[in-house]
Amino acid sequence: MHIVVCIKQVPDSAQIRVHPVTNTIMRQGVPTIINPYDLFSLEEALRLRDRFGGEVTVVTMGPPMADASLRKCLTYGADRAVLLTDRFFAGSDTLATSYALSYLIKKVAQEWGEPDIIFCGKQTIDGDTAQVGPGIAKRLNLLQLTYVAKIDEFDLAAREIVIHRRAEGGIQILKTKLPCLVTMLEGTNDMRRGSIEDALRGARSEIVTWNAAEAGIPDLALCGLKGSPTIVKKVFAPSPRAEKAFQIEVQGKTPAEISDAVIGEINQRQPGLEQDIQKMAAGF
Amino acid sequence: MNQKAPPAKAAAPAAGNSRANTKKELPEHLKSYKHVWVLIELERGVVHPVSWELMGEGRKLADKLKVDLAAVILGAPGGTEDAIKDSFGYGADLCYVVENPALTDYRNEPYTTAMTELVNKYQPEILLMGATNLGRDLAGSVATTLLTGLTADCTELDVDADGSLAATRPTFGGSLLCTIYTLNYRPQMATMRPRVAPMPVYQAGKTGRIIRHEVALPEESIITKVLSFLPDSATGKANLPYADVVVAGGLGMQNAENYQLVRDLAEVLGAEWGGSRPLVQKGWIPSDRQIGQTGKTIRPRLYIAAGISGAIQHRVGVEGADLIVAINTDPNAPIFDFAHVGIVADATKILPALTEAFRKRLALAAARPAAE
Ligand SMILES: Cc1cc2nc3c(=O)[nH]c(=O)nc-3n(C[C@H](O)[C@H](O)[C@H](O)COP(=O)(O)OP(=O)(O)OC[C@H]3O[C@@H](n4cnc5c(N)ncnc54)[C@H](O)[C@@H]3O)c2cc1C
Ligand SMILES: Nc1ncnc2c1ncn2[C@@H]1O[C@H](COP(=O)(O)O)[C@@H](O)[C@H]1O
Repeated sequence: MHIVVCIKQVPDSAQIRVHPVTNTIMRQGVPTIINPYDLFSLEEALRLRDRFGGEVTVVTMGPPMADASLRKCLTYGADRAVLLTDRFFAGSDTLATSYALSYLIKKVAQEWGEPDIIFCGKQTIDGDTAQVGPGIAKRLNLLQLTYVAKIDEFDLAAREIVIHRRAEGGIQILKTKLPCLVTMLEGTNDMRRGSIEDALRGARSEIVTWNAAEAGIPDLALCGLKGSPTIVKKVFAPSPRAEKAFQIEVQGKTPAEISDAVIGEINQRQPGLEQDIQKMAAGF
Repeated sequence: MNQKAPPAKAAAPAAGNSRANTKKELPEHLKSYKHVWVLIELERGVVHPVSWELMGEGRKLADKLKVDLAAVILGAPGGTEDAIKDSFGYGADLCYVVENPALTDYRNEPYTTAMTELVNKYQPEILLMGATNLGRDLAGSVATTLLTGLTADCTELDVDADGSLAATRPTFGGSLLCTIYTLNYRPQMATMRPRVAPMPVYQAGKTGRIIRHEVALPEESIITKVLSFLPDSATGKANLPYADVVVAGGLGMQNAENYQLVRDLAEVLGAEWGGSRPLVQKGWIPSDRQIGQTGKTIRPRLYIAAGISGAIQHRVGVEGADLIVAINTDPNAPIFDFAHVGIVADATKILPALTEAFRKRLALAAARPAAE
């Protein structure tokens, strides 16, 4: 069995700061991490491989330094890692990203066999669109299963998969055929620590690195900024509310006195709310 | 490398930034694309309220562009009547309706086929969907099939002077928003999350044109099958987006034990409880209780935020609240820029006092005769 997992290296959002004066993002020195949602998918992929045998190939499109995240995936136990990197990809939106990734996956399939299943993260924490997965599925003409809470059955011989999918009002149980593209829901599993052998192998292994030509991307006009139908026209700071928050006087007051003042403000600004809470509590 | 991540250069000045290729040169064959469409998300006989919220936004765009607002309703044979009626009530000029047994439950394949067929035939200039699991699953497939642009999770939709859709969303990592255009492709697609826009007013008895469209969707040709559906039990499930009162905590609560103070107040108020994203990452609260851009958007009558700094990703999720009360030890915390009432104090002290005061008041009110 061959499984492909798409991961993205993203800035660790917890560590990003905004410059207090210029209001610009301070990205220097911000550490990068593997998009946390991708780890739920990678772990699921590793579990399937451990059960059914085969190989897991991890791929990403990004700057050369994205190899750090790929190497990390090898230490978790992935069998192979491929980096697609080229200046032509700069400024890609989700349509251009899925274009490049779909050809990358085709090339991976040529080299190491057609994937039976492709995993993506539910979404990224920087892009946060949840569009690249469905985009890849469409371009590769694969069935797509998003927001998967659980893989219930996986039958490689019959080429069938049964999953639990999170829908708005409940869980859909879906059955479909392989190959397909799956995005796992967060919290479905925890990333393993990886064995010592994997750690050593990860440190030593070579990351396969391809540029656009090597990956066989046919049309560079469909990549990067050029191939992106969406355009970022304006970046701006949100306008502050006309007036700042009305401040409750706290100097020299007890918490009880302060909370009485707060309740006074609430009742003045939302008359009737307290009564409605009362009614709800009484079960109307 | 993504649409909302402006390139490092573009992010430099905070305002008035533009890219070189932002000129509109719409190809001839796309010029006939007209009107604003909203997908009515009909699942298991129920329309998701986000569809009505989008109708409100769509109405404004259509009025500005002086075009029609259409509701797109996909569903089982005989299962779309209420949705059609309500679509008119919420402002649709016309409804496109596709009824087919294959559309009984949401599945990506038949929905993508039906939606793309409709778009190709009737050619809307703007197509809006809810950023729900259904909407996000479908929008990505439809946009890729049509090879057009899609802007996810917008917080504001507008049309500019030359009639282009200006879709605004937070951009990663900081206190910034960005406005995204799809200048030279049609339709211009965008998703918006539940509760970002207000619910429009319902006008009973309104009607309009209905255009029924047949799509061939033989069940044999659809590979994915729905085996069953396990509805969520109503109990214990968070319903933050539609709650009247929400109490939330942030890192300022310091630890999981202190977070209990948030839940105590919520319980007394019959409110929903939630928190900022770091609390989910720390495991203090489950992920369906996260409030903000990557969590839930809320629109309560009262929102109490304790120990939350008010980062942009949090702010966009709560700005629709009627009244925001913020408790924070830092008088310069950004949350005081958009809260209505501020308390510069230790939340671990104020919350118990508030809980106690409300408990007494509500008990007192309950003891009074009902006639009052
Ligand atoms: C792509 C992306 C998406 C994101 N999505 C979300 C999201 O959906 N929701 C979200 O919330 N965040 C989100 N974030 C994170 C966001 O940027 C902030 O990091 C986060 O909201 C900060 O959480 P906080 O306010 O709890 O913590 P902090 O920013 O650390 O603030 C803690 C606050 O508590 C105050 N405080 C300390 N002690 C006390 C006390 N005793 N009493 C009262 N106040 C006290 C401090 O003054 C401070 O203001 C996202 C970030 C990124 C990059
Ligand atoms: N540059 C990339 N390289 C590899 N995979 C990606 C890339 N961008 C997005 N993905 C995949 O698509 C998922 C959704 O991303 P997004 O649409 O940005 O929210 C991610 O979790 C990844 O699995």
